[in-house]
Parts: sequence; structure tokens; C-alpha cells
Amino acid sequence: MAVAEGLSTERPAALAWRRFARRRVALVSLAVLVGVVLVTVGAELLAPYPQGRTHAADVLANPGRDYLLGTDTLGRDTLSQLLYAGRVTLAVGVSVALLATFGGTLVGMVAGYVGGSVDSVLMRLTDTLLALPALMVVMMGARMLGDSIFDVVLVLSLLGWMAVARIIRGKVLSLREMEFVASARAMGAGTWRVMFRHLLPNLVGEIAVAVSLATAAAILTESVLSFLGFGVSQVDTPTWGNMLGGNEGFMTVAPWLVIPPGMAIAVTVLCVNFVGDGLRDALDVRGDGRSRSSRRRPSPGASTGSRR
Amino acid sequence: MTRFVLRRIATMVPILLAISFAVFWAANRIAKPGYDIAINPRVSPADRAAYLDSLGLNEPLPLRYLQWLSDFVRGDLGTSLVRNGSEVWPIVRTALTNTLVLVGTAVVLSLALGIAIGTVSAVRRNSFADYAMATFSFAGISIPVFWLGLMLQLFFGLYLANWLGVTPPLLPTAGLYSPGQQGFDLVDRIRHLALPTMTLSLQLIAVYSRYMRASLLDVMSSDHIRVARGKGLAERTVVIRHGVRNALIPVTTQAAVDIGQLVGGLIVTELVFQYPGMGRLFVDAMTGGDYPMLLATTMIIAAAVIMMNLAADLFYGVLDPRIRRGSR
Repeated sequence: MAVAEGLSTERPAALAWRRFARRRVALVSLAVLVGVVLVTVGAELLAPYPQGRTHAADVLANPGRDYLLGTDTLGRDTLSQLLYAGRVTLAVGVSVALLATFGGTLVGMVAGYVGGSVDSVLMRLTDTLLALPALMVVMMGARMLGDSIFDVVLVLSLLGWMAVARIIRGKVLSLREMEFVASARAMGAGTWRVMFRHLLPNLVGEIAVAVSLATAAAILTESVLSFLGFGVSQVDTPTWGNMLGGNEGFMTVAPWLVIPPGMAIAVTVLCVNFVGDGLRDALDVRGDGRSRSSRRRPSPGASTGSRR
Repeated sequence: MTRFVLRRIATMVPILLAISFAVFWAANRIAKPGYDIAINPRVSPADRAAYLDSLGLNEPLPLRYLQWLSDFVRGDLGTSLVRNGSEVWPIVRTALTNTLVLVGTAVVLSLALGIAIGTVSAVRRNSFADYAMATFSFAGISIPVFWLGLMLQLFFGLYLANWLGVTPPLLPTAGLYSPGQQGFDLVDRIRHLALPTMTLSLQLIAVYSRYMRASLLDVMSSDHIRVARGKGLAERTVVIRHGVRNALIPVTTQAAVDIGQLVGGLIVTELVFQYPGMGRLFVDAMTGGDYPMLLATTMIIAAAVIMMNLAADLFYGVLDPRIRRGSR
């Protein structure tokens, strides 16, 4: 068996991992993320106090031996709340990312592969939604639904799939002209079979990057929504965002209430972005969904919506 | 060129109409006009019907939409339901001006810094400075804007002021002018704009510097740069005259889009710094059930976003003739 010099015979996954692991920032970020997930999932074991336990005698206590990060206005331990809140925040971020990427992939594949008027209609819809001020639309949507975790996930997913759809469509447009698609069709494969058995495996890189960047975006948007009081209800479900929103007014007397949740969001999102960037390099995914010949202004990418 | 411009404008009209109907429908669902009257037990059914009639709320939604649309395009935005019936337009105009001042300052500042940082990163590719700036950019897009605002308030308003022992703090943490301020004072205004501008700019600089770096690297690998070098021009001239000038196109176009997006996207910054702009007006209208105000703010913000997108497209078409030909 003569394998040409320089041709890789490595399995794609192994190759991708090797390229990913070459980047130290991405590896460290991945390790930090795993740590954050373990710590928040194991909140019951690690948190000094149960979720929502109030201590009437220790309201707004300074950080110290009993309360490592102090307490809030109801005497709840900030560290414990932080751990439990992280679980909700991460769960919302990942669910939104998965749902939005699923929707975006479906729309992008159908638009790109079927083409014609279906493509025009779907892309017109995508562009219109993309052209709207994102945060404003999300806030109006959240207002119309409600403040449960489920409502927030629904709103963010419904309004978060467009960037993915564009990227997937762009890739499908170039894939569908390739020989393997033609040969699959020559053997009698129908539209859906071509899309799911032949195109989908070639989109794994794009999808992986999209999920990671969408997770970062969703965590940020959820935190903004909850901070403003339009997201997850502050009453019984702590998230990093609503911990900030509820305690903003006490910032000057109790800075320990606002610094840790914000740090948690920033560090988590930063790591997710670094991992996404590492994945992009490892899987050789290009950033925008436009073909090279018709490139116009660069697309802002999934992680930099307008959450200012 | 004229054909290109007309075509782009023509495609905007149906989108604007569709959005205006969506906004009207959503605003009705959110603000629930007449809801407070409907649940008030002291208002008799007859009075209730008369009141709803006076606001034209008994008509079916599509009819009310057409009525509102025709008023809107003629410049009649109605009167606020909660601000003692004052007219909507003057309030919106003041807020819009304030927002545009903040957005303009932040975008211009961020463009200047972002272009400089991006150019240095591209020219010294893979140097320590490049990596440091890349890390800074990732931090810029990862830090939640509202939290950055809070931290700046805490630092400038409390810690730095305490450390220096000055009251009031060096930079004001809220509002647009000092309490008791008479007339317009430029220095006072700039000091009030400082922290919100910083908050906004970090993220913008992060994004622009990345665009500029990518765009310049792209341009520097093209043939005309090789020609310029072949002519024996100094590297500095090649980079600035032939590289940066062409690389600016995507970055400035993105800035145009951002100005539109920011008019509606400033919500967080405006709330944190209690800055009287469009975002705050929008949130107040939404939470207060002020239905004419909500309609006016959302529609104007949506229109601003779409107009700036159009402007960016046209701008791009002017700068790069290939786009014009491609989209015919």
C-alpha cells in the first residue's frame, strides 16, 4: 500500500485532538471549564450551605471564616449561591446552544441544499431577524413569555439560530457541488438521505464551533436578561445574572455580592470562547458563511451580538 | 450605481413593513393597552367601553395597525399614557440625541484604537504584542458589559475616590449632567460620558481590532501589495498607503452597522449609568405599560438598525465596485 508522502492516515478525530491540544490556551480553558462544570454539578457536596438557606443574624456579613464570600441581604451565603447559580446558568447556556444550533443547522441545510424559492424565503427570514436589535427583541420575547428557566431557554433559542443557519448554508452551498453528492444522488438517494447521511457528517466541524460560540453568547445574553429582571426569576432560581441584578444596589457596601458572579461569567465565557477558537483551528472551520468570491463585510460571529 | 441604490432601498420596504406589524402586535401583547381599566372594579362597564373607544382600542388589530401606521409616517407618534399625556415625539427626540452622542463617541474612539491595535497586530504577526492583544480582545468580548460598567462605577466612584480622598469622585457614575447644572457645560458633559463610553468601547475595540487584523492580513497577501513592494516602496508606505487603506473598508462598514445596532443595544449601559437615552426609554415604556411610547421607541430603533444596515451596504458598494456588479 503506497500512501503518498505527507498524506495523513490519522483518524480525523485524533488529528483534530492533536491540533487542538497543540494550543495551550485552548487546553487550559478546557480544563477550567471542566472544573467549573464539576464544581457546579457537585454543588450539594461542595457548597457550605444548602441552596437558599438564609441566616437572619448574618445579613450582609463580610467575607470571613463562616462565609468565604460574605452573605447577601437575606443572609444567604454568596459562595453557596454562586455554585448553585452556576449550574442553572451553564444548563441554560448549553441547552440554548444545542437548540439554536439544531435549528440553525436544519434551516441552513434545507436552504442550502434545496435552494430556489425555499432558500430565498428562509434566508430573507434569517436576514430580517439578524438585522433586528438583538437584545431588544429578546427582551420583548421574554416579556411575552415568562420568567421560568424554560421560557428563557425558549426565547433565546428562537432568536439565536440565525448566525448558525448562515454558516451552515454557506458550507452546504459548496458541498452540494461535490462529486460525492452527485454519486449519492446517482445511486438514488433522496433529498433527506443526502442531507443527513452525506452532508451532515461533513458539517461536524462547523456544528462543533457553532455550539461552543453559541454557548458563550447564550450565557452572556441570559446574564444580561436576568440582570435586567427579564430573565430567570430571582425568587427561587439563582443564576449568575440575577445574583448581580438583585444585589446591584448594595454594591458599594457589599462588593462581594457583585464581584464573584461577574468574575464567574467572565471566566466561563472567556474559556468557552478560547475552546471555540481552538476548535475552529483544529477542525479547519472558516468564520463566516459567505463564499470567498462574494465576500463582503465580515460577519460578527456568534459570540459578539449586541449585548451592550 | 443608481440602480444598485434603488434596488437596495426597494428590498428594505417590505422588511420594514413586516417588522412594523410585528412590533405593533408585540407591543399590544406586552403593554396590554386598556388592561388597567379593564380590571379596575370601580370603572363601570359603560365608562370602560367609552374609554377604550376614545383610544380606538375597540377596533380589530389590523385596522388599528393601519391607523397607527398612517399616523406614524405622518410624524404623529401620539401621547404618552404615563407621562401626564405629554407628546411622545419630543421625549423620543431628546433620548435619541443623547443615545447618538454616546454611540458616536464610543464608535469613533473604538474605531481609532481598534484600527491602530489591529494594524500593529497584523504587521507584527505572532509577536508577543499580537498575542497580548488577542487575549485582550477575547477578554473584551467575554466580559459582560453590565458587569464591566458596575466595576468601573465601583472603581472610579468609590475606591479611587476614597484612595485619593476626593469628593465628589473624579468621574461621575450616573446621569448626563451634575445636579443643579445650569445650561450646557462641555467639560461636565464629557466627564459624564467618560464611564459609559469606556464601558461600551472595550467590547467595540476588541471586535474592531480583530476585524482590522484579519482584513489587513488578507490585503497584505494580495497581488497589488507585491507590486508595491516590487516597485521598491518603503515597507511603511506599503503598509499604510496600500494595505491599511484597503483594509479599512470592512471595519468601517461594520462600524456603520454597529451604530444602528447600538441605538437599540445600549439598553444595558444606559440602565447601569442611568443615562437618559433610547434604551432606557424603551425599558421604562415596556415595564410601565406605556403603549404609544413602546411603539415609538421600538419602531424608531428598528428603523435605525435597518437604515444603518442599508447605509453600510451602499457604502460598501461605493467603495468596492465588485459588490455592485455582483448583486445586480
